Parts: sequence; structure tokens; C-alpha cells
Amino acid sequence: MIYIVAILSVIFLGLAALVVSRMAAVVKNANGANDSEFSVTSNRINGVLFLVFFIVGLIGAVWSFMYARQFFLPEASSPHGRRTDFLFWLSMGIITFAFVVTNALLFIFAWKYQHKEGRRAAYYPENHKLELIWTVIPAVIMAVLVFTGWRAWRDIMAEAPENSQVFEIVGKQFNWIVRYPGVDNNKLGAYNYKLIDNANDTGIDYTDEASFDDFTSTTELHIPVNKPILLKIRARDVLHSVFIPHMRVKMDAVPGMPTRFAFTADKTTDEMRNITGNPNFGYEIACTEVCGRGHFSMRIRLIVEDEATWQAWCKEQKPLLSSTPELASRIPANLKAKAAKYLEGAAAPSDSTTASVQQGGVNVVSAATIR
Amino acid sequence: MATIESNSPAVAHADVHDHHEPQSFWRTYVFSEDHKTIAKQYLITGIIWSVIGISLSVMFRLQLGFPSMKMDFLRPILGTWIDESGKLDPDFYLALVTMHGTIMVFFVLTAGLSGTFSNFLIPLQIGARDMASGFLNMLSYWFFFLASAVMFGSLFIETGPAGGGWVVYPPLSALPQAHKGSEFGMTLWLISMALFIVSQLLGGINYITTVINLRTRGMSFSKLPLTIWAFFLTAVLGLISFPVLLSAALLLIFDRSFGTSFYLSEIYVNGEALPNVGGSPILFQHLFWFLGHPEVYIVLLPALGMTSEIIATNSRKPIFGYRAMIASMMGIAFLAFIVWAHHMFVSGMNPFLGSVFMFLTLIIAVPSAVKAFNYITTLWRGNIRFTPAMLFSIGLVSFFISGGLTGIILGNSALDIQLHDTYFVVAHFHLVMGAASAFGLLAGVYHWFPKMFGKMMNEKLGYIHFWLTFIGIYLVFFPMHYVGIAGFPRRYYAFTSYDFTKNIFADMNAFISLAAIFTFTAQWIFIYNFVNSIIRGRRATQNPWKSNTLEWTTPIVPGHGNWTGEIPAVYRWPYDYSKPGAKEDYIPQNVPYSQTLESNLPHENELISLEKEIEAQNLNDQFKQPH
Repeated sequence: MIYIVAILSVIFLGLAALVVSRMAAVVKNANGANDSEFSVTSNRINGVLFLVFFIVGLIGAVWSFMYARQFFLPEASSPHGRRTDFLFWLSMGIITFAFVVTNALLFIFAWKYQHKEGRRAAYYPENHKLELIWTVIPAVIMAVLVFTGWRAWRDIMAEAPENSQVFEIVGKQFNWIVRYPGVDNNKLGAYNYKLIDNANDTGIDYTDEASFDDFTSTTELHIPVNKPILLKIRARDVLHSVFIPHMRVKMDAVPGMPTRFAFTADKTTDEMRNITGNPNFGYEIACTEVCGRGHFSMRIRLIVEDEATWQAWCKEQKPLLSSTPELASRIPANLKAKAAKYLEGAAAPSDSTTASVQQGGVNVVSAATIR
Repeated sequence: MATIESNSPAVAHADVHDHHEPQSFWRTYVFSEDHKTIAKQYLITGIIWSVIGISLSVMFRLQLGFPSMKMDFLRPILGTWIDESGKLDPDFYLALVTMHGTIMVFFVLTAGLSGTFSNFLIPLQIGARDMASGFLNMLSYWFFFLASAVMFGSLFIETGPAGGGWVVYPPLSALPQAHKGSEFGMTLWLISMALFIVSQLLGGINYITTVINLRTRGMSFSKLPLTIWAFFLTAVLGLISFPVLLSAALLLIFDRSFGTSFYLSEIYVNGEALPNVGGSPILFQHLFWFLGHPEVYIVLLPALGMTSEIIATNSRKPIFGYRAMIASMMGIAFLAFIVWAHHMFVSGMNPFLGSVFMFLTLIIAVPSAVKAFNYITTLWRGNIRFTPAMLFSIGLVSFFISGGLTGIILGNSALDIQLHDTYFVVAHFHLVMGAASAFGLLAGVYHWFPKMFGKMMNEKLGYIHFWLTFIGIYLVFFPMHYVGIAGFPRRYYAFTSYDFTKNIFADMNAFISLAAIFTFTAQWIFIYNFVNSIIRGRRATQNPWKSNTLEWTTPIVPGHGNWTGEIPAVYRWPYDYSKPGAKEDYIPQNVPYSQTLESNLPHENELISLEKEIEAQNLNDQFKQPH
């Protein structure tokens, strides 16, 4: 661990010392006699240093990559992630090749064609054929990369399949809140940002009966394995961005504009523990759009489990309405009966005070109806 | 038109010297209208800003590299931003990141680079007495100075400077209650940027007008040095895109102060639901990146232009593919306007737009590749003199390639999903735009220092500066790619909250920070060399680099009006280096073909007959025209 620092520092101090000592020597030699704009010795040293830099740099690059590789994220836990991983390493291979070749030419030419007394540079102002070749080759390679990338992008961003399990994730300063659609109707109820308060931190609208069985969590998101997942993403206050590194999922959460990301997780948390050999492994969701002071700590855990376990877990959860019975006051009279089963034990307060309608994803609230 | 009226040489000569009466100290050095003085003002302001900007990055690198470090020693500078336990305040961490970005992108690499060299080189290289409007030029600098003063002031206010990232995305930047960095500091940021944009527009109009109208006799567009082409296209980019940033900033000011909802919708913050509905934060992103992406090229093109000139001169070879270079710069300049949304692939915009912008983005890689290949071919079979400027230019090409290549990955929307807003992006743009442009700036200073101050810089110190900086920058940004591939998000105060970032790469981050401190330290060699050479430098010769362009035909320290006599006429392109048959290995642009019969190519002999025509052209001399 510490040795990467040590070794690289040594290489780098060595190089620095080399430069300084050679330069000092040159300064000594140059003192007095040579006062022209141009010193042959320093020119040679600089030429050689380019070559040295290239060779040492290349060794350093290869070695540091081998070292760093162990810390890269393990293989993706989603099929689309493996596809983009493949494309990433494919592109990486191509650009590494280009990187080495072009830098090699640059540094080798710099060394090889350094000034020599009496030699004259070639007068070589243009060559259309060459220009054409190096326009077309990058263009073709780029076209291939773009095309494969575009197909992946199109598939990843396609509409989620009908049978997707829907979850909602809401960003706020500074944590995520997930809302589950509930076990009874498996549908997310409507929401409205004006209904948000301490008891109802995602603004669930209880005039929609689909809301009654919804439950929320600020600590973990449980999802079933091998089932298409549709994350509905929104933000309460400022921009956030849902980032699930191991799933290769990222999408901004935007106040006033719901976004979504569809993916399938195909390795459960337990499987990943085996694969990584880390008994404490857990999937995580992070925020990648700067959102203020606590931006770096918006962690929420993601638990992937087989469907049976997941369903059993969901059944154990209490709908928000049951755990926070005061929300019952927001249920309109005609739906009271349907809500009754979630309010067992808690006496439902009487009249309704709120009303809102959701139209095509946009909430329209008449100010008068709000409290 | 004025030019026609002044055609009579007798009348013209009478007022030639009218402009040369000595001016007061204030008019000569402070409120100067002379492009060379203004360029130096830009340069020195830019250097001061770069020291501030890089110092800020060193502070946050300390936090990232050594998270458990006690930073009490910074308390004399940062005051209460260091808390009792010696920790950096997370709000101030974000402010540091934001100010580093803003300062480096706008104040150093836009004003410091393009402001300095466009001002200095455009009149000198096209053969003009001064800019088209000296007064607007002066205003441009002083607007920049005002912007600087406001931005600098914002560093010291109680709630701290702007802190939402240099992109200042609303709603965070629009809601003072959401973040300390969105309070008064943000207001000052917006005021400063508005002034800055005014400065850029005044400068840009001037550059464009000067290049179009004030070229000397014979200086057709096809004979312009690539530097001028680059400055010209940069100015066009700036003129089209900066007003869009101004509109974005104005709308943000409205949202912040006057209750409008351009960017705000359905927000519940600090226990309160705001009344704003119908706005879109994505709108700001579109407006911002409509400037923001061209801005990358506004920063980079001047550096590439100067590098073309320096590489050709010091390879003693014509730049390879002069026309291809111009074409690729035009291509880049055009495409720069239609790729902005690649910064927004995962912003929630329609994925179809993502596809379109991915195609457009990867097209821009082609002209960039052409430029890189042309630089390399220019070195091939050259006779290279490694002046410090040449070293920095070769360094620039290396950074441009290394950083540009990862752009191919990030421009691919499918791959961007994972890498967006990670350190991979940070490494990418620091190499391709930050380091490459900074190297262009340094190369320019080393190359044109003799013309600016009449002195030579110390080469040995220049070499040491180059090698330490070149190695240092690679050591900072190469490992940063690894951190990005491991998924580390940017703008994080600490990596301790997540299992996937906890306990790994702590040594790598420490290493990056050490390399950053090292690189920063190496810059003092440059600053020492710069100041020392102004005072004690060896006196420059007329044409120390044996270069072809017109600035080297002026007196060693050009006075007001640049040339003492008539402005020279131009007969050939600026890259006649090592021409077969010629006695010297360079033929300046003002040498007519009739004097170089031994080296003329067949088609150039035909051009001899045009020389009379060129000489008969209007002198295009500002000083010989009544105003």
C-alpha cells in the first residue's frame, strides 16, 4: 500500500534529481563561453529526457494500472452494466493503443529529430493522402464505438417492461427516501410536494387510495433479484443524482421533473458476498450531483434478495398510514372505509382538509385546498 | 469610409506623429489603450489569479489526501472555516472546489490566456498599429478587473464564496436557505460573472474587428499565422456563447432575488413548500453548457494556435497541413456549439437527445485527432531546438492526446452513465483542457517574453520548470483515472461514508495530493524566472527564435504603434522554414518572392507579379487616418 507512494516518489525524486544535477552541470559548462540563444548540450539532454520520460512513464503506467486494478468495482450486478463494462474496456483498449502509439511517436520524434549542427529540416508542408488516412481511420473507429454505444444506450433507456417492480426514490438534503408501492395493490399512490411535512416526508397524497398501503424507508431499499426494476426518481429540494455503483445506474433527481431508470439486478447481496469474499459486502446508493454540505454522505443501503424473501420482507413492513395514523385526517370521506383496515387500533380523526389531483404526472393543487 | 478619405499620402503623413506625444503615467501604465500594455495587464492579473486558484486546489487536496490531518496551520488564512478540532468545514470545501473551477476556467485560462495573447499578438502578427478600438480594449480589461475584484472580495465574506460547483446548477444556487454557498457569495459570483462576460464581449468584438479590418497589405486570410486563426475563431466562439451564459445568469438572478420561477418548481426546503411551479432546472443546464462547452475550446484553441506556431518555428519546419489545421479548427469551432448536452446525459433529459449528442460529440474527435497527427508529423524530420516554449508545446500535445482520448469514452452516453461526475471526468478535463491550456499559456510566455519585455527568460530554469511540471501533472492526473474507474464521485468532502470508497485508494489520494503540492511548488521557479528576467534578464535580440512572423520585424521593444516606419507588407505564408535552396532556414513573411528566387517553388514565381499590386494596396494604417 504505502509502497506505491514510496516507489513512485523515489522514481520521481530520482528524475527530478537527475534533471537538476544535469542542468547544474550544463549551467557550469555554459558559464562564460556560450552566451548564444542556443545550447547544444541542453538540447541533447532535453531530447534524451523525452525518451526517458516515455519509457519510465510507460512502465509506471502499466505498473500502476496493475496495482490499481484490484480496487476497481467488481463485475457489474446488472446485465446492462456488464454490457457497458465490456464496451468500456473495449474502448479503453482502443484508446490505450492510440495513447501509446501517438505518445511514442511524439516523444521518439522529439528525441530523434533534435537539432544537429549542419542538418536541415525537411520542407514537408502537406500530404493530402496522409491527412485523408488519419481523418478516415479515427472516423471509422469512432463510428463503430458510437454505434455499439448507441445501441446499448437505446436499450438501457428503453421503456421499462410492463411487469417491472416499481419503487420510488426521493432525494432531499441529505438523505434518500424510498417509497414502496405496498403489498396490497403494488401501486404507488399519487404525491404532491405541498403535502410534505414531518409525518409525510415524500408528500404522499391520501386522496388516492393506491397510497394507503405505501411504506417508506430512509435506511434501505430492498429489491428482488432477476426482476425488472423501475426506479422512479424525484427530488424534494435541490438536484441530486441516484448512483448505484455496482449496478452501473446513475440518474439525476430533479425537483419538478420526475426521472426514471430501469434495470435488473441479477446478483443478490449474499451472492456478491461470496463473489467478493467480503462477508460485510453491501450494495449502496450514493448521490453524485452536488447538493450542499452533506452531499458526500447521502448513503442508503440497497439489499437485493430472492423474490420470496423480498415478498416476505415487504409483508412485514407497516404502511406509513398505519405507523402514522394522524395522516388519516387527509383521507376524503368516501375513502375512509377503504382506509379503515390500515388504521386498526388508531382512531381515525374526522373530516378531510386536503384535496389534490394528479394529471399526467404534473400535480395541480389549488392553493385554497391546502390546509 | 475613413480609409478612402485618407488615401492621400501627403495628408496622412502630416498626422502620423500626432499620437506620439508622451502620456501621463496613468494613461501609459494603468488606463492604457495600447494593446501591449493591456496584454501585460491581463498576463499579470492571470498569473496572480492562477496562484490563488491553484492554492485553493492544494487546500482541498490536503483534505482529500490526508482526511485526518489537523489543519490548524491554515487558520490564519481561513479563520473559522477550520473548526475547533482542526477540520476543514464541509461547506467551505465546496466553496474551495467552486472557486478553484471558476477562477481557473474563467479568470486564468480565458482572460489570462486569450486576453493576454489575443491582445498582444493580433496587432503584431497581422501588421496593425493597435486594436480596432483601443478604448474598448481598455474597457475590456477594466471590466475584467472589476469582475476580479468582486470575485476576490467574495472569498472573504462571512458566509463564504459561491459553493455549488463552478456550474452553479440551480435550485441549489438559487436557494440561499439550502446552502451557505448560495447566500451572498452566490450573488457576488453572479455579479462578477456578468461583468466578466461584458469584458469578454468587448474583447471579442475587438479581436474579430481587428483581424478582419486591420490586416496589413498582402496579409490575406490564407497567409495568417495559425495563432491568429485560433484567436479569431476563439473570439467568434466567445461572442456567440457568452451572451447565453449572461442570460442564464440573469434568469438565475431573477429567481434568486425577484421571485420568478425560471429554474424552480415543486420545491420543499427547510420545512416550507415554495410557491414556485413550472420552472425547469434542466433549462439552466442547457443554457449553461451552451456556453460551457464552447468555453472548453475558448480555453484550448488559443493554446493550440500558439503551439502550432512554436512547434513549427522550433522544429524549423513548416507546420504540417496548414489548411487542414485551419479546417479542423473551424470544424471544432462549429461542432463546439452542437455538443453541449453531452454534459447532461444523465440529467433526466430525453434519452433520444442523448443519442443525438453522442453522435455529434464523437464527430468532434475527428478534427481533434487530425490536429494531433499534424503536430506529430511537424516534428518528423525536423531539426528541433528545445527552447522552454518548445518543451511546453510538446507537453501540450501529449496532454491533448492523453486527455482527449478519454473523451471518447465519456462522450459515449452508455459509458457515461457509470463515469459521469466521477474522478474519471475530473482527470479527463484537467488533462485535456486544464493542463493543455496551461501549457499553452506557459509556452506562449516563454516564446513571446522577449517581445513583451525586451529581455530573455533564463532557459535553464525554464527546462527545470518544464520537467518538474510535466512529470508532476501526469502524476496528479494519471492515477486520478483509476480513482474514477473505481467509482469515486467528485465534489465529495470525504470518502468515509460508503463501503465502496472507504478503505481503498487512501494512499492513491495521498499520492495525488503530494504530486499536486509538488507541481504547485515547481511553479514558483517560473514566477521567480518571470520576475527576475523582467528586471535582470539578458537583453533580447531582434529575432531570437529565427521566426517568420511579423512581430519579430518590430523594434526589440516596440513602442506605441509597433513599427517605427511603414507597416511591412506581407508576401508569403508564415511557415517558410528550411525551404530547399534558401540560405537561411527561415524566410520571414515580409520578404518578397522576388528576393528569394533560389528557393521559390514554381507556383511562387508566378506570385512575383502580384507584389506590385500588394505594395500599391491601401496602407491600412490606423495612424494615417483622420479620426
